[in-house]
Amino acid sequence: MTSELFIQYLLAGITYGSIYAIVAIGFNIIYNATGIINFAQGEFVMFGGMISISLLQFMPLPIAIALAVILTMLIGALIEICFIRWLKGPSVLRLIIITIGISILSREVAVHIWGESIRSLPYFVGNEITSIPVFGARISPQVLWVVAVSALMVVALGIFFKTTSVGREMRACASNRKAATLCGINTANMVTLSFILSAGMGALAGCVMSPITYSQYDMGTGLAIKGFTVAILGGLGSAGGAVAAGLLLGVIEAFSVSVVPLAFQDAIAITILLIILFIRPQGLFGSKEASALKEF
Amino acid sequence: MKRLLPVLPLLACVIGVQLLCSATDTLYYLTQMTMSAYYSLLIIALCVLMGYAGQISLGHAGFFAIGGYISAALTTHSLIPYGDNGLVKFLDSSGMLLSGQSLYGEELLVVSPGVACVVAVFTAAVIAVFIGIPVLKLKGHYLAMATLGFGIIIYRVVLAVEYFGEADGLSEVPAFPLFAGLSVSGNFVDRVQNYYIAWGVLLLGMILLLNLIDSRVGRGLRGVHGSEEAADAMGVNTSRYKLQTFVLSAVFAAVAGVFLTHYNGGIGTSEAGVMKSVRYVAIVAVGGMANLWGALLMGVVLNFLSLRGVFGSYDDAVFGLILIGIMLFAPNGILSISVRYHLLRLLGKNKQDDGKEA
Repeated sequence: MTSELFIQYLLAGITYGSIYAIVAIGFNIIYNATGIINFAQGEFVMFGGMISISLLQFMPLPIAIALAVILTMLIGALIEICFIRWLKGPSVLRLIIITIGISILSREVAVHIWGESIRSLPYFVGNEITSIPVFGARISPQVLWVVAVSALMVVALGIFFKTTSVGREMRACASNRKAATLCGINTANMVTLSFILSAGMGALAGCVMSPITYSQYDMGTGLAIKGFTVAILGGLGSAGGAVAAGLLLGVIEAFSVSVVPLAFQDAIAITILLIILFIRPQGLFGSKEASALKEF
Repeated sequence: MKRLLPVLPLLACVIGVQLLCSATDTLYYLTQMTMSAYYSLLIIALCVLMGYAGQISLGHAGFFAIGGYISAALTTHSLIPYGDNGLVKFLDSSGMLLSGQSLYGEELLVVSPGVACVVAVFTAAVIAVFIGIPVLKLKGHYLAMATLGFGIIIYRVVLAVEYFGEADGLSEVPAFPLFAGLSVSGNFVDRVQNYYIAWGVLLLGMILLLNLIDSRVGRGLRGVHGSEEAADAMGVNTSRYKLQTFVLSAVFAAVAGVFLTHYNGGIGTSEAGVMKSVRYVAIVAVGGMANLWGALLMGVVLNFLSLRGVFGSYDDAVFGLILIGIMLFAPNGILSISVRYHLLRLLGKNKQDDGKEA
């Protein structure tokens, strides 16, 4: 393998890896607030991409994206309020099945609105053939957008959780819900907020990745599985772990193309997930003590 | 014996439906009833796994596909090019191979359906053991995702491997002769016969599972569902019971896959799809997790409606809605006590009101 090809694969891996990391962080936000995995996480990404593509007919790109993100946040809030908020002490199995149901329903709504055709946003800068040379490899400027937006989101989220009072309240809710309630934090609202946040992150990721990966009504399932793999790999609930694991998985996948047929690319991520689950159920970077304290 | 009594009315219903269809000249309904029966076989086994052992599996379409695909591949791929191989010669001389002709008049030498069925089911069981040992240590979301991952790997494999027909699936699967002239096939003349074979298999499975859940194992499983730690402390070998149930349900799924593939004369990649697994889980949930009769009823009714195309292009949406609706409002299934309770209370209230008026 030449060094140019190596860098090319590496960059492709980082691009996909940062998308996986964002989806994984979306999982983590909701997981931290509620202790559940939102199987409909991938559908937020799909909604973000599809809505912005539809809105683009009426308005310039930045506004379309902003509006798509806000609309997806509303969808996230609606889902939480309609399907989760009023359940009293639901079992994990029940919540899994409900979020799976939401994911199916979202997909069906999408296919009846947008059809089965594959769409995409235009490239933010330049077009399909614009490329920037990097160490002898050539990448599309959109790749930089994806990586930059992902990095920005991670940093912004970190600042939000560390410094703002709402962020701190959400962290309190994550570490001990009952104690947070006793301190006067409205935990139910925090859960809604976590859905809004992760929907918004997913939607923004869906917009920036759309020019490269295209958007389709059923893109959510695959992304959700990758995102979940990454979340587990990095240890559920850990944002830093998610970023590291996301990049790792992206790079592994990118290089796997040169070894196994493309058709098995998905299977590789899942095989890694299964192996990790069997060997280290608490994730690569998760601590055993922390996972023992979780409810399941 | 007492617990088997409810099977008799079911048997009467099965015969009744056939007579009704024959009398009204609507035999075409029997085709979907046959297919529903095979799907229900998988569903009742999944019901025992989910409802009694408390383990979710989002990968049962994978086991169904393993059964169907292996049996289809063995009975359609001709072994003539490998005729000199020692193994093939041995199989041929021991009567495990069948020679025949393809649609285009080519000579075929394939594995006989009976042997293929045994191989397929055995493979599914072995895979279930190997997957089950590590997977069943997981709980909650991890278990759901691991089984989902297993299902996706199977889907990818049948989609990408040429031996399994890639995206086209496998077709021209021959009939599966059972005994006494009975054979599983999609011929129109055999429709009534196949209807009874399917329901016979389903009833047999039902009796087996009813016995199982009423046995020592069944009580142990319910203990596992309630609290694994407590069951462990009481001396129930929880991991072994869980694994046994998992393998049993995989075997049921594989048997359903084998029979349905021979009945349809082929199998496609959609049978291995994730949506199929989700649908099975949905139907079990609707029937009531720990309610075999509910699962059977819902399995037959919903599959029948879906196969008749009643839901049209909203098929998946309907299942999604059912899934959410049931989990939100009746988490113990549609036949659950809470629904019954509400109905009784409603009736009771009405009676009281009547009393007051009078």
